[in-house]
Amino acid sequence: MSYRTAPARRAAAAVAVVAAVAIGATACGGTTKKSTDSDSTKSGSGSSAAASANPSAPIKKGLTIAYLPKQVNNPYFTISDNGGKKAVEALGEKYKEVGTSSGTDTAGQVSYVNTLTQQQASAIAVSAQDPGALCTALNQARKNGVKVVTYDSDTNTNCRDAFVSQASAEDLGRTEVQLMAKQIGNKGQIAILSAAQTATNQNTWIDFMKDELKKPEYKDIQLVKVAYGNDDAQASFQQTQGLLQQYPNLKGIISPTTVGIKAAAQYLSGSKYKGKVQLTGLGTPNDMRAYVTNGTVQSFELWDPAKLGALAGYTAVALASGQITGAPGETFTAGDMGSYTIGKDSTVVLGKPTVFDKSNIDQYHF
Amino acid sequence: MTMTAKPASAAPPEAASTSGFLDRVLKVRELAILVVLVLMLLATQLDNHAFLSEQGIKDLLLNATILVLVAVGQATVVITRNVDLSVGSTMGITAFAAGEFLRGGGNPLVGVLIAIALGIGFGVVNGLLVSLGQVPALVVTLGTLYIIRGLDSIWFGSKQITAADLPSGFADFGHNGFGAVPYLALLTAVVLIVAAYYLRSYRSGRDLYALGSSPEAARLAGVPVRKRILTAYIVCGALAGLAGALYLARFGNVDSGTGNGYELTVVSAVVVGGVAFTGGSGSVYGAALGALLLTSINSVLPSIGVSSVWVQAIDGILLLLAIAVDRVVALRVAAVLRKRAAQTRSAIHHA
Repeated sequence: MSYRTAPARRAAAAVAVVAAVAIGATACGGTTKKSTDSDSTKSGSGSSAAASANPSAPIKKGLTIAYLPKQVNNPYFTISDNGGKKAVEALGEKYKEVGTSSGTDTAGQVSYVNTLTQQQASAIAVSAQDPGALCTALNQARKNGVKVVTYDSDTNTNCRDAFVSQASAEDLGRTEVQLMAKQIGNKGQIAILSAAQTATNQNTWIDFMKDELKKPEYKDIQLVKVAYGNDDAQASFQQTQGLLQQYPNLKGIISPTTVGIKAAAQYLSGSKYKGKVQLTGLGTPNDMRAYVTNGTVQSFELWDPAKLGALAGYTAVALASGQITGAPGETFTAGDMGSYTIGKDSTVVLGKPTVFDKSNIDQYHF
Repeated sequence: MTMTAKPASAAPPEAASTSGFLDRVLKVRELAILVVLVLMLLATQLDNHAFLSEQGIKDLLLNATILVLVAVGQATVVITRNVDLSVGSTMGITAFAAGEFLRGGGNPLVGVLIAIALGIGFGVVNGLLVSLGQVPALVVTLGTLYIIRGLDSIWFGSKQITAADLPSGFADFGHNGFGAVPYLALLTAVVLIVAAYYLRSYRSGRDLYALGSSPEAARLAGVPVRKRILTAYIVCGALAGLAGALYLARFGNVDSGTGNGYELTVVSAVVVGGVAFTGGSGSVYGAALGALLLTSINSVLPSIGVSSVWVQAIDGILLLLAIAVDRVVALRVAAVLRKRAAQTRSAIHHA
């Protein structure tokens, strides 16, 4: 694994170095007046923002909002960033997307943050591969007047101005149990098919699932096992097979990972368990369309990644315009998505997840 | 072996008995994997009666098919003392190519053929680079691993193939079969038998072993080295392509990361199956058994409720065990051969 990412990282570093040199050169060639101008406006907005937010401040034009997803070419982030692009460009700002082609190239992400800082992006919307590794680079960016919004995957709270959360962990965990309970009539054995054993998001959701299951209406539901498919198709197949063999009376499986749920669905749809064992969790409508149509899966849920990207864009613009500073309790308008309030730990929550079933799945294409 | 003229009178019976002995050793080597596999499956069955049910056997066979196919191709290359690390990337890109074709409403059979043809194309590139460039195969195919993965990303970007894009008959082919025997397993068995027959009974097949045993000696003996290495890589590429098409049928979901890291699993299967990395020994049956053993372990552990974190550690132990066994066998074979050679020499002297 590591030997494969090393050259990619080196290539990314090389690109970053070349880009940095090029930017340095243009900065030197450009007039000093221009750069001091932009510096003064930046520091001006920075100091006023630090003092207090001005909710009625006009939206600044000509901002550059840079998206740095966990991984470029990842279908999920492409949808999400395209949602962001639409929102950002509708406000008359400039959108750009950069990032690593590997989802575990943390050093690559760091060098992209540094490059964006040098390019003086107005704000960075980043989905962090690691909660701590990006902190130094992001705080360096913030010191230089770049606003930092995390989306989908957060960093430590002191390294960004705001976090746009896809849905609260609590909502996701509890609603998945509610969906499953409805499908199996509040009775029987269930199991969970997760991603890696160390996946932070999944583990938090699973904790809330366990908590939800303690409620009296679910007293006849037993959670028998949490299996880990490592977000690999073959491993998820085999873990699903193992669950079904080990627990012949299993009534349902909850898979809170888009890779896990589609692998489990593909396996169930080609086995004798199709329609007898229920499956729900987090999946994308495109991945799951075939299985909902053929009766393997009744319903599943997810947030809309396009809206997540859009909200990250609106939040970034509001921050860069000085409408908000990221302090809890501040409110701002996110275009046609309505008004949002910043909560605890500077977190903006997108809302409750959307449930997809036979009746509505054809309206969604992501 | 039978080409040298002078000791012709004395050599044939000796050569025959030596190769008979070698055959037996190799068979024992494969038998050992088979015994381990069968014992493991039976023990699991005792613990969990659902394990070897009709669905259970079908799942075991289906889980193994794709790895078996790629391992057979890889074994063909490893036997010549080379390696092909680009198989994972090849599998990924061919799976996507076939999927893209099927999404456009193409004929499934043509889709499979496209995947195989694309695999052959990459096999030709690898084969030419290794045989003409005289560069270590490890480095060359590491390069093509990245290049093919890069092409995959550029070509497909963030697009993905999902089950809804595929004709339902194609997906059914991926999991249906005659009772407990899936179609994919039958197809794989046919490929395996053909490959084994070729390597065992064709002159060009035997040349691959000669090449792996001693490239220099093979060249001096008139083996067309470049052509044979090219052939081995083409077989490997074609099978990786076929595996890509079958991956699509079985999993129904492909994106530009498909097959990432698969080459290491394949190499493990080949080595566990007794195909020596030093070339010249082993068989595709061994490689297939190695693949079956590795995938079966991944099915056994969840079925008896052992945490999946153990899987990799167990794979690693098996790998070391296999190499240790090979080393011991190699030393003993060498000792036996030396003894026989000494006997032959003294027999000639006395005569």
